[in-house]
Amino acid sequence: MSEQIDESLKAELQKQGVLVTSIQELCSLGYNWGRRNSIWPLQFGLACCAIEMIAAAASRFDLARFGGEVFRPSPRQADLIIVSGTVTKKMAPQVVRLYNQMPDPKYVIAMGACAISGGPFKQGYNVLKGIDRYIPVDVFIPGCPPRPEAFLHAFIELQKKIDAQKLVGPAQGSHLNPERPSEFPIPVFGAHDLEPPANRSIWNPKPVERS
Amino acid sequence: MHSVPDPYLFLVIFCGVAIVFPMMPLAMAWAWRHFVQPSKPGASKNAIYECGLVSTGDARVQFKSKYYIYCIIFLIFDVEAVFLIPFAVAFTGLPVGAFIALLAFLLMLVEGLVWAWNKGGLNWVN
Repeated sequence: MSEQIDESLKAELQKQGVLVTSIQELCSLGYNWGRRNSIWPLQFGLACCAIEMIAAAASRFDLARFGGEVFRPSPRQADLIIVSGTVTKKMAPQVVRLYNQMPDPKYVIAMGACAISGGPFKQGYNVLKGIDRYIPVDVFIPGCPPRPEAFLHAFIELQKKIDAQKLVGPAQGSHLNPERPSEFPIPVFGAHDLEPPANRSIWNPKPVERS
Repeated sequence: MHSVPDPYLFLVIFCGVAIVFPMMPLAMAWAWRHFVQPSKPGASKNAIYECGLVSTGDARVQFKSKYYIYCIIFLIFDVEAVFLIPFAVAFTGLPVGAFIALLAFLLMLVEGLVWAWNKGGLNWVN
């Protein structure tokens, strides 16, 4: 059953009104339908972006329309961690540990300028310059803070991403790969900076070219 | 021949459904974990308590019962302070006898505090 159907043949058959699929693809459909429509976020807020996250979950914007209203107070029941706000260097180890304690498959949304890059506090001595230095982020939401609509947009983008993760084949979800780690090293709050300052296995930005 | 089914047959069917039906999702979850989802345990994930902070010390700690004396003294004086409110409300129109009764009551309160203090009730013992 590991043979994949040729995509062009599939398209040709579909034109003639013949739908071809595989058991794995059907299973992926059901699996992803269930997963994307019941994303349980971790009840976890860091700064002012958390207020927007709460607003998105409350009645006016109503995250429940997308199946994400069940905020869990325990990482063991959560699928999604929303890093909503400024991650200070003192808080970063806790964020990574909470991420580690979530069961696979798990997703990360970096909400706001601070969680992406440190935002307005980037020059500060105590602010982490982006949570993607330690945990793999699935969706970034720019803004300071992003409006709840932007949060809902990111949520829908995450649902699209989940939908594209197949059970087998080249588009297989990374959580199904036994080689991919589920836990990432927790940095230590040192005397001058976090040790290590970044997890190089997941964070490798292009070097800045200055002319 | 029209035979009447055993009345207990329904009970047997009911029991069968009651066992099989809740077992199905459990079996499916087990099969999913066994055949599809790779197991990825880890130190943080297997920790006893889920929290951003690493738990420290033993969970089986003793609390000092010394605090209960503080609580009782606080409770007594708190309740007695309530008795002073009627005096305070009617203070401007109080006759001399009532005022002396109020002072006697306050004296008793102070005596109680001095007694508790002398007994060492306000000392925090570690």
